[in-house]
Amino acid sequence: MTVEQVLLWLVWLLGVGFIGTAIAGLLITFVDRKVTARVQYRVGPPWYQPFADVVKLLGKETIVPRGASRLAFFGSPLVAVASAALVSAMLWAAILRPAESFVGDVFVVVYLLVLPSLALVLGGAAARNPLAAVGASREMKLVLGYELPFILALTVVFIKSGGQIRLAQLLAFQSANGAFAVSLSGALALIVMVPVIQAKLGLVPFDQAEAETELMGGALIEYSGAPLAAFKLAKAMLYFTLPVFAVVVLCGGMPATGVGPFVLGLLKVVGLVVVAVLIRNTNPRVRIEHAVRFFWGPVTAVAAAAVVLALLGESFGIGWL
Amino acid sequence: MGLKLKALAKSPWVFHVSTGSCNNCDIEVLDLLTPRFDVERFGVLLAGSVRHADCLLVCGAMNRKCIPRVKKLWEQAAKPCLVVAIGSCALGQGVFRGSYAMGEPVDKYLPVHAYVPGCPPKPEAIIAGVVEALKALKKKE
Repeated sequence: MTVEQVLLWLVWLLGVGFIGTAIAGLLITFVDRKVTARVQYRVGPPWYQPFADVVKLLGKETIVPRGASRLAFFGSPLVAVASAALVSAMLWAAILRPAESFVGDVFVVVYLLVLPSLALVLGGAAARNPLAAVGASREMKLVLGYELPFILALTVVFIKSGGQIRLAQLLAFQSANGAFAVSLSGALALIVMVPVIQAKLGLVPFDQAEAETELMGGALIEYSGAPLAAFKLAKAMLYFTLPVFAVVVLCGGMPATGVGPFVLGLLKVVGLVVVAVLIRNTNPRVRIEHAVRFFWGPVTAVAAAAVVLALLGESFGIGWL
Repeated sequence: MGLKLKALAKSPWVFHVSTGSCNNCDIEVLDLLTPRFDVERFGVLLAGSVRHADCLLVCGAMNRKCIPRVKKLWEQAAKPCLVVAIGSCALGQGVFRGSYAMGEPVDKYLPVHAYVPGCPPKPEAIIAGVVEALKALKKKE
């Protein structure tokens, strides 16, 4: 790799991965709050509200609780934002510049997507607050719960593509043979993705780690000022990135070949976001053991069924499975 | 007015402090979040943790047990933070004045930015109180 390439990647990471994703994510956060307000017959906030929140938090005092581990307390929000930006940069590199994408591995994305949750666990545990510790332990259980069906759903993609694991190759395969979600196993994998996205974002019914009314913010209870803004920003960025990832691996992505397919891909992302917002508004928070049981029970069963169907379809050459 | 204050004025997250109130003012505070008043229009959210708060809504007559706790809450809040005293009790202890269980009114212990009289005050008055507190903050800067 030459110096120019490294510089280009840095610019890509900052421009697309961080700034572009942050703006898109905050706008999606606004859509989430506005739709929530409309569902409750309220007017809702103005469009710039998430931006105002982040700017305000950046300007506030940052308090470190007595006895907290400074490294973990300040490091974890940075890790959360950085990993969200990195995932987004990789996804958009695979979408917009597939020929040059050398870091397009799905496994890297899986690892990076778990980092914001781990950062929340670390930050909550470092805060020396019993409620934050409870929130951190719940987040940890939730991660254990949803990672299994998440990996199984991605296994469907590997099987159906004949062992491809690079994002750019997956996109190319789908544009040649049709989106994976059109087949039965792919549709099941997409159905599995919906609650997994919900849990990764910490939205109701899986917001046990932050439980506003129960743990008063949970893992985030001791955070104020800039670190809190970083966590909010990371969540907003994931709100955009996770649906984009699901669309890329299962729904054919958003090929940059023309305006039409690209907009169609973005509409699929918006569709997934709307599903997440509607689930969040029509469900209560479940208890953590119910959430884990839900993920290890029905969701894993559906994901396993999708894997079996995909294997059958591949070995007998049945396309629609 | 700097960008910091502008953003603060656009998203004041409120934290609800009850210092031994009769629950009447507390219900009026919660009214603000209902569809009829919907203060999220102005970016107001109810914060669960005092660390996230930009504005303490203090109601109640401030009994002796509450005094150290209210002081601690104020210390724990990230500055700049506003204080709005809500209801006759928070302003002058109302009918509880002179009771053996009471300390002094809220502004003896906290720097109050706005006072909202009433027993209980109307939700509109509480919204006006938060707006007044933000104005007071701007003037100070």
